[in-house]
Amino acid sequence: MSAVTIRNVAKLYDGVPVLRDINIAVDAGEFCTVVGASGCGKSTFLRMLLSEERPSSGEIRIDGEPVAPEPGPDRGVVYQRYSVFPHLTVLQNVMLGPGFLRAPFMARLFGAKARALRKEAMQYLDAVGLAAVCDQYPAALSGGMQQRLAIAQALIMRPKLLLLDEPFGALDPGTRKDMHELLRRLWRDSGMTVFMVTHDLQEGFSLGTRVLVFDKPPLSDASAARGATITYDLQLKRRPSADAIWGPAHFKEIQENVQG
Amino acid sequence: MRRIINWHPSRAGAFMLGAVPFILLIVLYLIFSDLRLAANPNDKLLPAPGRIWDTIVRLAMVEDRRSGAILLWRDTGASLMRLFIGLAAATLAGLCVGIATGLIPYMRSTFGPLIAIVSMVPPMAVLPILFIVLGLGEVAKIVLIIIGVAPFLMRDLAIRVSELPRAQLVKAQTLAASSWQIVLRVVLPQIMPRLIDGVRLSLGPAWLFLIAAEAIAATEGLGYRIFLVRRYLAMDVILPYVVWITLLAFAMDYLLRLLKRIICPWASDGASRR
Repeated sequence: MSAVTIRNVAKLYDGVPVLRDINIAVDAGEFCTVVGASGCGKSTFLRMLLSEERPSSGEIRIDGEPVAPEPGPDRGVVYQRYSVFPHLTVLQNVMLGPGFLRAPFMARLFGAKARALRKEAMQYLDAVGLAAVCDQYPAALSGGMQQRLAIAQALIMRPKLLLLDEPFGALDPGTRKDMHELLRRLWRDSGMTVFMVTHDLQEGFSLGTRVLVFDKPPLSDASAARGATITYDLQLKRRPSADAIWGPAHFKEIQENVQG
Repeated sequence: MRRIINWHPSRAGAFMLGAVPFILLIVLYLIFSDLRLAANPNDKLLPAPGRIWDTIVRLAMVEDRRSGAILLWRDTGASLMRLFIGLAAATLAGLCVGIATGLIPYMRSTFGPLIAIVSMVPPMAVLPILFIVLGLGEVAKIVLIIIGVAPFLMRDLAIRVSELPRAQLVKAQTLAASSWQIVLRVVLPQIMPRLIDGVRLSLGPAWLFLIAAEAIAATEGLGYRIFLVRRYLAMDVILPYVVWITLLAFAMDYLLRLLKRIICPWASDGASRR
């Protein structure tokens, strides 16, 4: 069974179509990158997966069940900004989610349970390389470190789906490369299904096992006023690597389509 | 020649510069007090420092013959009690209503317009109603402070809550947080600095309403004393009382600032370290 099934989804804002005819089935463990020009609805697509917004029509299913009407722990998210809580230390940020789950009223654990959770959280911080700064506040961290923290914070909930909205868009190229390696390793180890929105085609192709290209039809097309849709659904055959998988010619063609 | 905006005093220099206006004010007072007393030894408007000191000793250390209490402390105790109860109640109300209307759309739709209108009612205009309804006792004075301060805090906090990034609230939901848990661990700690700042800004109005209420109907209190001795032009009482009230307000402001640094370390140091 597919982890995520999307059937005939369309989204309108005040009657203006943004997305239409979205039909895909994504298997568990796939790494889907969502690419496209700005304003083509790729973030809207992600927000619908997150239940931050609801489709105007069509349906989204996760593991065969209709998606919950509001965000929940089955779908983790990392945004470009505002993903970590500035008033909590690095460690507290990671301990937050399990605290919510295990302590309904106090929203935090005490005593032996807290110690056990701290140990668990430290393992996640170790995995993203932040164990040394666990008592710092996020404001003291670099942008890349904040995104590592956001990823650890999402992973400790073991979500079925990890949704990334331009997570590395604000980082410098060197940091970005490190983050790609980290993300690829975490994805392999966890076997999660990942959706990642990016405006960087190179990033989309190097990270994903599957690339979804969102685009509007050209203005001459009669359907132009009907919003964007998935114009290419590229199943990349082999494990993703930093090398281009598609021939340069094909890559260029999509690049022109998307950015033109 | 460097621009004036680029000239910075040293640390010690800044302290001295800050002291200059105070010293100047005191010197001016002494000069004019001396001039007036030279012309008329019975002048009451600008009493000599010695006379003010005698009065302070009488008010702060000697029991009042009629009531058997030491007036300054009894007045201070009565006023601070009213002020603290009023501010505490207003803060609690501001916090609860601010979070509820800032975070819960149904609450905002229901109470937003009411709060917006009520906060425009001049509290002093309501004071007679309070005295009529609640009597001349402590409750009316405390309620005046609450009415004067709470709507500001409610609106201030509601705005701050609604300014929290939407992404943060979604993120908390993906971490399995319930609405209550979001209030407890995401919203409350993050509006704490703003709440403390709001209370600091409310200190001025709170004192204003307190003294106004005491001036009209009270048997003790700092404001009561000032307005009582006004009839005798007793500047030797009024001036120390005003200075004392100012010191109290300043100390409260300072303590609140300290409190903010202690309970919200991330809001001051952490944020600026970057």
